[in-house]
Amino acid sequence: MAKILDKQRYRCAMAAMQSVQAIDRAIPVLHSGPGCAQKLANSSGSSGYFSPNIFPCTSINEKDVVFGGVNKLRTTIENALKVIDADLYVVMTGCIPEIVGDNTEEIVEEFADAEKPVIYASTAGFKGNNYKGHEQVVDAIIEGLLEKSDEKTDGLVNIWADVPYQNEFWLGNLRELEKLVAELGLIPNTIFGYGRGIENIYKIPKAQFNLLVSPWVGLKNVKKMEKKLGIPYLHYPTLPIGAFETSKFLRTVGEFAGVDKNKVERLIEEKEKYYYYYIERFADLFLETRVMSKQFSVVSDAQYALGITKFLVNDVGLFPARQFIVDDTPREFRKSIKEYFEELNYGIKAEAVFETDGYKIHEEIKKHDYTGYPLILGSYWEKAVAEETNGHFLSVSWPCNERLIMNSFYVGYDGGLKLIEDIYSVAKTRFN
Amino acid sequence: MAINLDNSNIGTRENRLGSITGYVGSVSDITTQSECGTLRGCGRCFSQSSSCLSGCALSQLGGIRDVAVIHHGPSGCSCTATTQYQTTKQVAKKRGVVNNSVYIGTDMDENDTIFGAADKLHDIILEVNRRYKPKAIFVSSSCTSGIIGEDIDSVVEEVRAEVDVPVIAAHCEGFKSRIWATGFDISDHAVVSGIVKPPKEKRNTINFKNFYESARPEIIEMFKNFDLEPVFLYANATVEELEHMSEAAATTCICGVLGNYLGNALEEKYGVPYIRTINQSGIAGFETWLREIGRVTDRSDKIEKYIAEQRAIYIPQIEEVKKELKGLRAVLGMGPGYTFEVSRVLNELGIEVVWALAWHYDKKYENNDVPPTMEYLLKNNIDFEISVSDQQNYEVMNILNRFKPDLYLSRHPGSTVWAIKQGVPALYVADEYMIFGYKHTLEFAKTILNTIRNRSFEQNLAKRVKLPYTDWWYDQDLGEFLQEGKANG
Repeated sequence: MAKILDKQRYRCAMAAMQSVQAIDRAIPVLHSGPGCAQKLANSSGSSGYFSPNIFPCTSINEKDVVFGGVNKLRTTIENALKVIDADLYVVMTGCIPEIVGDNTEEIVEEFADAEKPVIYASTAGFKGNNYKGHEQVVDAIIEGLLEKSDEKTDGLVNIWADVPYQNEFWLGNLRELEKLVAELGLIPNTIFGYGRGIENIYKIPKAQFNLLVSPWVGLKNVKKMEKKLGIPYLHYPTLPIGAFETSKFLRTVGEFAGVDKNKVERLIEEKEKYYYYYIERFADLFLETRVMSKQFSVVSDAQYALGITKFLVNDVGLFPARQFIVDDTPREFRKSIKEYFEELNYGIKAEAVFETDGYKIHEEIKKHDYTGYPLILGSYWEKAVAEETNGHFLSVSWPCNERLIMNSFYVGYDGGLKLIEDIYSVAKTRFN
Repeated sequence: MAINLDNSNIGTRENRLGSITGYVGSVSDITTQSECGTLRGCGRCFSQSSSCLSGCALSQLGGIRDVAVIHHGPSGCSCTATTQYQTTKQVAKKRGVVNNSVYIGTDMDENDTIFGAADKLHDIILEVNRRYKPKAIFVSSSCTSGIIGEDIDSVVEEVRAEVDVPVIAAHCEGFKSRIWATGFDISDHAVVSGIVKPPKEKRNTINFKNFYESARPEIIEMFKNFDLEPVFLYANATVEELEHMSEAAATTCICGVLGNYLGNALEEKYGVPYIRTINQSGIAGFETWLREIGRVTDRSDKIEKYIAEQRAIYIPQIEEVKKELKGLRAVLGMGPGYTFEVSRVLNELGIEVVWALAWHYDKKYENNDVPPTMEYLLKNNIDFEISVSDQQNYEVMNILNRFKPDLYLSRHPGSTVWAIKQGVPALYVADEYMIFGYKHTLEFAKTILNTIRNRSFEQNLAKRVKLPYTDWWYDQDLGEFLQEGKANG
């Protein structure tokens, strides 16, 4: 049911047009109102080979609402194929055609023999937010482009993690995950960002397994691939940030892939030595920065809230106050996600709450005693509540306004160091 | 067309002003055809995405100080709340005020499209009122709530009995107009019908419709010379200031498209004169505008004195820069309120306009006159090729490829980058005061010079990127996808 969306943390399903945009030379073709794309492109790094101004759009008008817009959709797809130089056309529906009952799928099927693949993803805004929309896009790829393959590439691993453009560090994180997997001697395969694209999409069925690094987004997709393509999956719910979680991640993936245990341990030993070289040099800063207290809250989607909480507790030794998950996590995943937050060192349990009402979150933060300056990692919305509570504020989740992220990442050993850099760059602006 | 403040809904620009979004021709042709009423726009059988009128309407209303906007739709409709919040905070901080306006969504889901969510909307309005104590509440529909027939007028009517501040409906179904500027009219209509009060006394204020008041301090200083006080609208304006708009000495605006409805409505309902001139950009624009304010407010002597003083400072400097601009060729792509005004200034600076795109075109303004800039261009024999296109980027690229100008000027986010990818230097005319008066006209001229003198950035990028359009498209005529007789396609 309709609910108060006070301090928006997500967009509607059609914002997953940016998951398409994240695939090299893939373009969304929108069957929607004229301005949906401009609104939904509310994120940075969008002027690549295709930008939202390039996305073909049926720009539905009053007449189409009454009489249906399928003819316009047909000419839009036809001409998109002529005008736009793309490798993949993903037709996406907004709210209007799905309410008035346009049979979009039927029109898309007319293009089955087109020179380039044209597929369909149902992404009406009222059907869910862009986390679900992202799953719809991946689903459309599995449905429309992939067939089971008897031929397998040894060691090939498909990696799925952040939601492009919604998680601001999506590309940097994905690249770092690729590197970690490659260091285990495996061959990473991803479809998003520079130099990947449709060629990698077609490699998906040949993989040894799917690696999903996310608490819930994408689970539906890897399960579908297991069923349709016969690819097993490893679900690693925590985004690995810093030494503790990254080493655990390497062990888990290594074991699943059958990598020699000694090789994995040697890799971890070297990585941890490298990581702790830095931690040792800066440990005095961590202990002696007067304004850093022990308690923190993360206000983010399940992906970052979990990853960052684990890092700050298990690596940095901070203590979790309440953690706020704002991605409207489907009910069926909530119990297991709450449990992930309770598996911390020294039996520490973080309380995770699922809340999409930003007002209530801010009231909770204001009420809690952080025993010193609160450390708040959230989105731009938390800037004000951090000011009000005299807290330290770091913007890590959408909307990340007033912060520019190009290729930075928080994943892995280096990612952990980067997150420490960012937190202390804030803390160091104050003496006491 | 008479303004009807009794109905919360207003007609689109297409219906009220005969506005169009598809046309290829020239300034003289479109103006002559507008005057004699023969102008017909075209539709398109292929479009790229453009903008939603709700963005224009609700960003205007949401900029007012300490109000609440409630957007009744799925989460995507209200996601611009995030940038709205940032802009609001930043422009308030610059001015040294606090703006606690909020922009709330209702996150409609599939059940709501079947069963409706009017009751929920009712509760949400009350909850927002309880949380933030806004000075006014604007309740907007969306495509989804509009199509399922959610009656926001009735909800607003009910809530009015329970809330002691104005609660006003704004009908923002995105599909009803291809012209996002219709959203400006929706916001003005909401303000004039729901907030403005009948005058009690005359004031020496000028209602100054703009976007983000970047030139506020200098304009206040300037108006002190004339014993007038500008009240900037709507960003940072208080509800109290809006209530008194009917008492102003005049209404003016930075952009005819932005201010047309407000100016005409205040004139028609409350007799506040609306300054209908070419806008303040460039020398002729600034002087024509000032003189009209002088005439309307009976301050011509003071205005002439100011003009003479300022001319002495700036005209020689502008003449100096003009020497270096001579011979440059430009293409523009902006809303009609700017593209023709900026073309006029480029002409004044000695730059040849080889093509101007207008994102839409208003055949006639609310008072039934052709937009003043068009008349000005026609009268002064300034003619060039133009097209009307709702930000259809592929058409812009086709034109740039054909003319290979020295400069592309645009005012809308996401458009300049495409020019530079094609190797054309681009200037983003974002700030509405970028060419305001003598001082900023001089700055603008110098900025053009700086832009074309260092082409490193665009050359570096253009060399390395592939363009997204096929060769086939570059070989087509601009009007390939235009369909006559389908103006609203």
